[in-house]
Amino acid sequence: MDRATRAGKGILIEGLTKRYGKGDTAVDALKGVDMRVAPGEVVGLIGPSGSGKSTLLKCLGAVIDPSAGRMTLGEECIFDAGWKVRDLRALRRDKIGFVFQAPYLIPFLDVTDNVALLPMLAGVPNAEARARALELLGALDISHRAAAMPSQLSGGEQQRVAIARGLVNRPPVILADEPTAPLDSVRAMAVVRILNDMAAQFQTAIIVVTHDEKIIPTFKRIYHIRDGVTHEEAGEGRLVRAAG
Amino acid sequence: MISLAGRDILHGWGKFVFTGIGLGLLIGVTLVMAGVYRGMVDDGKALLDNSGADLWVVQRDTLGPYAESSSVHDDLYRSLLGQRGVAGAANITYLTMQVRKGSEDVRAMVVGIAAGQAGSTPGWPPYLVAGRQITRGHYEAVADVASGLRLGERVGIRRNQYTVVGLTRRMVSSAGDPMVFIPLKDAQEAQFLKDNDAILQGRRRTEANPALNRPGVPGLLDAVLASQSANPYVNAVLVTLAPGHAPDEVAESIRRWQRHTVYTRAQMEGILVGKLIATSARQIGMFLVILAVVSAAIVAFIIYTLTMDKIREIAVLKLIGTRNRTIAAMILQQAVALGLIGFVVGKIAATWSAPFFPKYVLLVPADTVAGFAAVMAICVLASLVSIRLALRVDPAEAIGG
Repeated sequence: MDRATRAGKGILIEGLTKRYGKGDTAVDALKGVDMRVAPGEVVGLIGPSGSGKSTLLKCLGAVIDPSAGRMTLGEECIFDAGWKVRDLRALRRDKIGFVFQAPYLIPFLDVTDNVALLPMLAGVPNAEARARALELLGALDISHRAAAMPSQLSGGEQQRVAIARGLVNRPPVILADEPTAPLDSVRAMAVVRILNDMAAQFQTAIIVVTHDEKIIPTFKRIYHIRDGVTHEEAGEGRLVRAAG
Repeated sequence: MISLAGRDILHGWGKFVFTGIGLGLLIGVTLVMAGVYRGMVDDGKALLDNSGADLWVVQRDTLGPYAESSSVHDDLYRSLLGQRGVAGAANITYLTMQVRKGSEDVRAMVVGIAAGQAGSTPGWPPYLVAGRQITRGHYEAVADVASGLRLGERVGIRRNQYTVVGLTRRMVSSAGDPMVFIPLKDAQEAQFLKDNDAILQGRRRTEANPALNRPGVPGLLDAVLASQSANPYVNAVLVTLAPGHAPDEVAESIRRWQRHTVYTRAQMEGILVGKLIATSARQIGMFLVILAVVSAAIVAFIIYTLTMDKIREIAVLKLIGTRNRTIAAMILQQAVALGLIGFVVGKIAATWSAPFFPKYVLLVPADTVAGFAAVMAICVLASLVSIRLALRVDPAEAIGG
């Protein structure tokens, strides 16, 4: 089975390393990370501070260059000892969705345009981009706040809008960085449920970096990262069982 | 694609509008400063236009009568009338002084005009807005409305009182002081006549001088005293040319035969603009440069602050794939919008306030266009620092850790 087939439309990471500095001062933040997330799957990535979580997320998000290894996104090898795509900005825009710890919505755009901005940046006509955004906001049960400004939303609503923004270009993978950190347990579980639903609905591979003890039991698979190395283990998948 | 700059401005319109108003007042001051310079030049040209002269005959080797003092004999005009190409010649005096209007003083340029009539005698006010021209040989005056004098009002010049019989407009000195026209003889007296005590002391000194008070020469002392108490001088002779004669040729002829300095209209304009108001122009130029730098600094600071406030959003925009040129355009458009608001406010402020300035402020369309171009250029330049800052934002900042 070749790598693309193994990755399906998800993400496959093999032997990814990241070294900062040179010579005696060099630090290996990632020491051969292996990960695989299938389409429609939500996996957790947990580890203590300084373990390499953020470095891994930045490598996966194509904002820093890995030192070595290989990454396959969907059916396309995007990194193999060097980037295989010329326009990393377009890669981030079209192939990778981001959900941050804080929603980081654009404060001067309303909810619809915050979500529609990504397809607009990709050249989709405004009307079509807004229609796509409204459809997604409806799926996330927040279409009634479509005309609101971010400052008028609750924390949970803002995070749902952020998830919609991450999904709007139908990326094969979403990177979620502590998406439930600012939320209480009820809203945190709601966000996790939404991520699972969206992963299933859009066949998106979702990697959730988290410290949140509340949501760790919800993952079917969990990657522990420590000292730049990942270890896979089976999770409890409680939320999925509860939901399904 | 939606306008990110437009949405940001609409979202924080209060901040933008108030900043724009502040910037606009600064731009308004800049436009007024340019208007003050234009007004000075225009005052100078109006002074020359209103004199009705083609040539100015002044004391030799002086830049008179406006830029330097000049004194020529008052019978010079007779000789000039005999020169080929001269159609008219009239004596004139100029004296900038404080004239008394009731209990207050008004700074004015007192102009002594020779007998004649408006239109044919150079130096006369070419038109009136009220009243009539001077018809009597003494104690009548025509004043510019900027002096605040009214018809029938009495104005004190030295020891004499004059009745304002006519009012004119835009008759000012190159310094912007309103003109008060009085008969030439009165003006000569006002310019050179001493007070009684000084005359008495002068006579005593003359009587005590054995060279001027000779017992063997009867009438000598009286002749000397008479010459001392009379003033046969004027500041310049204004000359009009007969049709078909070139100013330079006639001026050269007068220089050669009358041995006086003669200026043509172009030369006199050069003296007024190039020498008389040159220092003021440089002063205003310095102010304009300082104001431009301050405006640029304010725009740069405001745009920089607005950009700093959006660093995290810019990082997110870059992370989700926004092109650098889209982010740069957003900042640039905001700077230009700020400049537009400022310019509109500044133009309105300058136009509204110009009439209230004591000196003539002339706002010309060319300055408005140049000002607009300068404001836009300043805004573009001022936004470069912020654009550089934004383009250096690492999209990784949006990801924690």
